[in-house]
Amino acid sequence: MEVEEAQAQTYPSMVDRYFRRWYKTDVKGKPCEDHCILHHSNRICVITLAESHPLLQSGKEIKNISYQISANCSRLQNKVSGKSKRGGQFLTELAPLCRILCSDGEEYTIYSCIRGRLLEVNENILQDPRLLQRKPSTEGYVAVVLPKFEESKSITQGLINQEQYQDIISSRHKTTAEVAGNTDLQESQS
Amino acid sequence: MLPLKEKDRRVVQMLLSARCCPRCILRFCSVGIQATYRLSCKELFTELHKFLNGDEDKSKEVEYGQPPCKKMRLQDSEKNDSDSEQNGAVKLLSNECVLPGDEVQTCSVCLGILQDLCEMDFVKKVCGEVDSAGYHFNNLVFSVSLPPQLLVREHATWLLVKQEVGQLGNILMKDDILQLKEVYKWITHPLLSEELGVPVDGKSLFEVSVVFAHPETDGDCHFLATACRECFRPTKNKQSVFTRMAVMKALEKIKDGDFLQQFPHQLEPPKRSCVVQEIQCSHNSIYVAGLNFSSSGREDVDVRALGNGRPFAIELLNPRRASFPPKELKELQQKINSSTDKIQVRDLQMVTREAIVHMKEGEEEKTKSYSALIWTEKAITKNDIDFLQDLQDLKLDQKTPLRVLHRRPLAVRTRVIHSMRVEYIDLHHFRLYLKTQAGTYVKEFVHGDFGRTKPNLGTLLNMTTDILELDVESVDVDWPPKLDE
Repeated sequence: MEVEEAQAQTYPSMVDRYFRRWYKTDVKGKPCEDHCILHHSNRICVITLAESHPLLQSGKEIKNISYQISANCSRLQNKVSGKSKRGGQFLTELAPLCRILCSDGEEYTIYSCIRGRLLEVNENILQDPRLLQRKPSTEGYVAVVLPKFEESKSITQGLINQEQYQDIISSRHKTTAEVAGNTDLQESQS
Repeated sequence: MLPLKEKDRRVVQMLLSARCCPRCILRFCSVGIQATYRLSCKELFTELHKFLNGDEDKSKEVEYGQPPCKKMRLQDSEKNDSDSEQNGAVKLLSNECVLPGDEVQTCSVCLGILQDLCEMDFVKKVCGEVDSAGYHFNNLVFSVSLPPQLLVREHATWLLVKQEVGQLGNILMKDDILQLKEVYKWITHPLLSEELGVPVDGKSLFEVSVVFAHPETDGDCHFLATACRECFRPTKNKQSVFTRMAVMKALEKIKDGDFLQQFPHQLEPPKRSCVVQEIQCSHNSIYVAGLNFSSSGREDVDVRALGNGRPFAIELLNPRRASFPPKELKELQQKINSSTDKIQVRDLQMVTREAIVHMKEGEEEKTKSYSALIWTEKAITKNDIDFLQDLQDLKLDQKTPLRVLHRRPLAVRTRVIHSMRVEYIDLHHFRLYLKTQAGTYVKEFVHGDFGRTKPNLGTLLNMTTDILELDVESVDVDWPPKLDE
């Protein structure tokens, strides 16, 4: 049996060549529901799940993904035309993009996290939800959003950069470890 | 002798007493002989009087510019005794205004366009502007813009004359009247040619344009706005709603009766001629094409162009010089090539606009050849990639790549990869040669662009792939034509 060598890229990947990663953690106050916004140098943003999102943790099975976010609004109906992308649904930071139902009954909503015009949502994940989990930063993206030209510089003001994100992740683990440690201590003391 | 007929007598009488210039009178009498209009106004005036008075010398000398001769007035009034309506009609046209001295009364129909504004003095003024603009030209087209109120005045005069001759049993159609602009060109073209030394040619690429205005009578059109509201909708671009087009349309629509009712009954003779708002020269664009070798261009900055180079074309706007002999272009080419190593050009030549349109169309149909250095996430063997060479005319559906989506419309484009060839390098690298339809996004075919290009090299090999280098091998277009070195 051949052992396949997967080579880690020694040079930056396509995503890291063209995009900068920005994060929004605990979106809408929900713990660990972290999003990662890929910001292209041409100002286009790709909304993706951050690796710390519950959906990307092992054991989660996605039952269903839906872009119907309300009775009147389906992100699938989004249609843009022309160079200026007229007609795209305008999104604010907390605008829901899609709803994901897991086999364990948990439901998650993915949010835009930035202001801008919705250009497209990823229909490939409707056919194959595992794509979202296997390749969250590329084929498993959620949506593409175009911020207003005037707001393209300020778009990252509500977001944190990769370093800050890592710090938050580390401090979460610490807290969890501390809590676990205390519980053990309490248990052992009682 | 003027080519006038008996039925023209009444028209000539009417218009002369209305202070109409001789050339306009000839137009209203359907005189279609160019040479006639080139006679001087003075001469024409004399001839008109000769015509009215039956023969050569009977009439006293009438000086052009003086009030209509009393004799003619008397003749009028004699005739008019029995016909009161005729009298009334004459009164509709202004009969007053004796100018002091030798000043020529500006024509109330052409506002001076067929008077001093087509004489040699004026032409010389235009030519002076042309000379100072410094263009090289072998011919020219002369375009003239006339103020819209001329249409109104012409229309009014026509209706009144039509009414008048109708009573004598004659018909005057609007088309019977010679066009003001046409006559203006008959007179001015030979003068321009003489002064500038080149012919006037409608197809010329060099344009001399003159814009006339007559602010004094700009109000003449305004009554049309109430009569035909739909013709005069204000839009963002237009400064005034009373454009020539709008006025023409309104005049076509308005009924004769309504017009005469609403138009001021007296065609006020103007105090002075039209003024020149602008004299402008411009030359149609010329085009130079060639092939270039550079690191920039339609391919991205990080793609190298090899082979013959990329065809390019340059449009030169409003050139002061429009012809460049091949020798001069060759010198220019050498100058460019020796001045820098960042870019080289070849086959530099003049081309027509049509050729460029053709070239752009050709771009869609032609194929391009690329060579790419591929990285694979999983380890590969020669066998794993050989099958790519068997794929013929592979159809791709490419959504607009994210990297250009900010400036291109979102769409799915079907493109074809005609054929591929592989050169294995090592476990994670190989070189891929592709022959593709023009407009294929090769980078996106390799890395998949978030799965928005399907199929892509990643899906074909079932692994993550990325592109490290991309070279354009050739652009398979035979344009522009190769020049002998």
